[in-house]
Amino acid sequence: MEQAHGAGGAGPKQRAVEIGTALLTLLFGLIVVYGSYLVGVGWGSDGPQAGFFPFYIGVIILGCSLINLVQGLREEDRTLFAEWGQLGQVLKVLIPSCIYVALVPFLGIYLPSVLLILLFMIWLGKYGWPLALAVALGVPAFFYMTLERWFLIPLPKGPIEAMLGL
Amino acid sequence: MLENFINLYHGFYIAGDPFNILLMVIGILLGVIIGVLPGLGGANGVAILLPLTFSMSPTSAIILLTCIYWGALFGGAITSVLFNIPGEPWSVATTFDGHPMARSGRAGEALTAAFTSSFVGAFFAIVMITMIAPLVAQFALQFGPAEKFAVYFLAFASFVGMSKEPPAKTIVSMMIGFALAAVGLDMVTGQLRLTFGFSELLNGFDFLIAVIGLFGIGEILLTMEEGLEFRGKAAKIDPRVVWKTWKTLPKYWMTSLRSCIIGCWMGITPAGATPASFMSYGIAKRVSKNGKNFGNGEIEGVVAPETAAHAAGTAAMLPMLALGVPGSPTAAVLLGGLLIWGLQPGPMLFVEQAEFVWGLIASMYLGNIVGLILVLTTVPLFASILRIPFSIIAPVILVICAIGAYTVNNNVFDVLMMMVFGVLGYLLKKTNYPLAPLVLAIVLGDSAEEAFRQSLLASGGSLAVFWSNGLVSSIMGLGVVAGLWPLIAILFSKLRGHSAQPA
Amino acid sequence: MKHFHALGLGAATALGMTALSMLPASAAWQPTKPVEFIVPAGTGGGADQMARTLQGIIAKHELMPTQLVVINKSGGAGGEGFLDVKSNKGNPHKIVITLSNLFTTPLATGIPFNWKDLTPVAMLALDEFVLWVNASEPYKTAQEYEAAIKAAPDNTFKMGGTGSKQEDQIITVAIEKALGKKLTYIPYKGGGEVAVQLVGGHVNSTVNNPIEAVSQWRGDKVRPLCVFDSKQLPYTDKIQGDLSWSSIPTCKSAGLDVEYLMLRGIFMPPGVTQEQVDYFVGVFKKVRETPEWKQLMKDGAFNQTFMAGDEFKAWVEQAEKTHKGLMQDAGFIAAN
Repeated sequence: MEQAHGAGGAGPKQRAVEIGTALLTLLFGLIVVYGSYLVGVGWGSDGPQAGFFPFYIGVIILGCSLINLVQGLREEDRTLFAEWGQLGQVLKVLIPSCIYVALVPFLGIYLPSVLLILLFMIWLGKYGWPLALAVALGVPAFFYMTLERWFLIPLPKGPIEAMLGL
Repeated sequence: MLENFINLYHGFYIAGDPFNILLMVIGILLGVIIGVLPGLGGANGVAILLPLTFSMSPTSAIILLTCIYWGALFGGAITSVLFNIPGEPWSVATTFDGHPMARSGRAGEALTAAFTSSFVGAFFAIVMITMIAPLVAQFALQFGPAEKFAVYFLAFASFVGMSKEPPAKTIVSMMIGFALAAVGLDMVTGQLRLTFGFSELLNGFDFLIAVIGLFGIGEILLTMEEGLEFRGKAAKIDPRVVWKTWKTLPKYWMTSLRSCIIGCWMGITPAGATPASFMSYGIAKRVSKNGKNFGNGEIEGVVAPETAAHAAGTAAMLPMLALGVPGSPTAAVLLGGLLIWGLQPGPMLFVEQAEFVWGLIASMYLGNIVGLILVLTTVPLFASILRIPFSIIAPVILVICAIGAYTVNNNVFDVLMMMVFGVLGYLLKKTNYPLAPLVLAIVLGDSAEEAFRQSLLASGGSLAVFWSNGLVSSIMGLGVVAGLWPLIAILFSKLRGHSAQPA
Repeated sequence: MKHFHALGLGAATALGMTALSMLPASAAWQPTKPVEFIVPAGTGGGADQMARTLQGIIAKHELMPTQLVVINKSGGAGGEGFLDVKSNKGNPHKIVITLSNLFTTPLATGIPFNWKDLTPVAMLALDEFVLWVNASEPYKTAQEYEAAIKAAPDNTFKMGGTGSKQEDQIITVAIEKALGKKLTYIPYKGGGEVAVQLVGGHVNSTVNNPIEAVSQWRGDKVRPLCVFDSKQLPYTDKIQGDLSWSSIPTCKSAGLDVEYLMLRGIFMPPGVTQEQVDYFVGVFKKVRETPEWKQLMKDGAFNQTFMAGDEFKAWVEQAEKTHKGLMQDAGFIAAN
């Protein structure tokens, strides 16, 4: 996946994404440095304080992010990160997955799992309802039996399960 | 020594009981399931089933529980190879070459190599336990904080400096790993750090969450970009794949032997299976003729980490029995079990409970043989999972990832973090940041810092503690050599002239 | 984690907290689904072992109609587990086992919880602490060891312990005060590791719980000097040579006036009814009668005090004050 994509289509430039990533790590480094500063970054009488290592780790992240940023800026503005069509494909998975993950704290893990599998199979896979329903109900049911019943590991549950008394 | 063999013979008599063999089969199968589900590691599996074994005899109970452990060790490789999701921490290094092999249609080969190497590693470790148990137990006692730090240093040194990516990106990646590892409670001062008052961050970032996201979710996103094709689909399912692979394995005997020794050493010390697998992979990559092809689906890159991980996982049982100190989290849970059955692990166990100990050791031999046969028969089955269309398997993988992320700490927040790591994994991979150093740093960062600071507390702040005796100095020395190896290699090739092919 | 268990029973508790009344109050309360047993510590530690033994005993003797499921929530020195229980107001299907971190964690880290945020159920036992040295050291008695510490400069002797600003370090600071000398305290992750570091000679002494070091004692690798309790232990089974737990003198009698016991107790979320608390008190009373529990108590030389109700509440209140004092003296209270 490291090869440059051809100039066949349009899309965001590799350069822009490189710069963006470098800025992201820069921000992360700043957070780490600040967090370490809060707990003390010195060298006490008996070795380093709690923030000593994280502080220098943060500083190194800042330094290397700047190098990456400069290199990103120098990069030629030609290669594509990905074509829009490809990104669209990625978003087709990413957006439902994010919604799925966001629903889990509220609805438990079972109901969103059923919805996710249904959506995937019918919308992206173009399967019929019978097969999609079978997989969508079968997989969570399998995990309910193995994990909750067999291994006694409770998974997150929501109001639906509470109503069913599970 | 002879006495050991007589004891072992009696042990086989106990372990060979049909009921115990049945327990082995059940244990291995349960273990494989536990190993396949990410998040539900061997330690969890054993802990959960522990109470069920209270009504059995201690020997039967420990046979069942250790077989779950072997099964989990075997099973961890399956998802690593097939979906790039390591089910267990020590399977991460297996993904580096195992998954590329599966993508090029060689899943069966990769699985066979992984299972066989696991067996070889475990077998080597059991033989070692049989022969030199008391001696080795003494060695483990030599390891204080300074020695442990030296081992972690060696693990890092043998793994870094081997990536093709730009150095600044490699460093950023590794440092992000260290920073994430530092979040939560600082063990040495008892202070919270980098939590910014969020109770969700109290637990820090578990490395499994990061790995499930970076590798598992990231992989799905990358696959989507290339269209809805899972490229392993082309794989032909050949029932004879096991034999064919076995024919090619003997030529990697050197890698296997080296990995066995690394694994046994790391299992006893007790640094554990995870650093062992990384270290073994790193060294194999440097030493092997095919080193440059590592990461693109080299079978040797599967053999090295799997052998070491299992040698370590098995060797970790020894300090548990002989010293009462667990070499791994699973061993810690087993230790609790021993206490409940009224067995005191420790120096006296081998003397007072010889029947139990040798029954257990014999069951290790039998359990691993039973396990190898069982998992090898499943190779074609697991390889055929890749034939399921991507639009069915992808959401199922997502659900499994979410369940796995949740079960690590029983925390819904971790499921959200998994998704964040997934996006991050996609982004970093597309922008040429290597992920392996990040993962290694999350796994070992915390322990390494802890050992470093414990050493300094003991020495009153003097760094000389890392060169204070023969053992710690030699490990540190090895680490320095390993860290500078790329430079040394360049120097060597210069001295020899430029006959070798350019890098 | 969101749970929606609003189905409490009874109308008002002794604490004055109300719960929704859905069923007739006459039927004695029983759990209707698996009960989560939170362990605010990692897998394999002392609290975890006790929790899993309880789980096994309750399952084997069928003391509850539903299962007990052990869940480890060890983040932030156990703060994660306590916060989870605190936030599950009125949920009767959740109990938590406590260590001393019930008191020390909020003080040392500032994580916002207090035992008053939970409902006390019962004290199962108290865990003892013993001063151990390596068997190859010349000190046969606590007095000899104390004399050696006093004779040497500060920080000569290294004390290993579990965690930072928790029970082991509190005892260490108390010893320092009693002797007027500083010790170097080195924190490790678990009690078993601490004991092995002592055997390997990487620290000079530890204050391990009996169960953590007993196997090393049996192998004559470590030597107990004194026990941090007001009276000697009652267990007379031979462990090493002619020695038993009962032959260890108290530290006070050896001139080291330090006493410390660790709570192994059960708490529930806030807002549960008295009836629900009584149910679990009943279950644990039955557990105490089982041979497995008695064996565990003997193996670990536990102090078998059992308390429930107001008596337990008063004990916890007193223990909190003691910890606050100890932590304040040691300078372990979080600044924020």
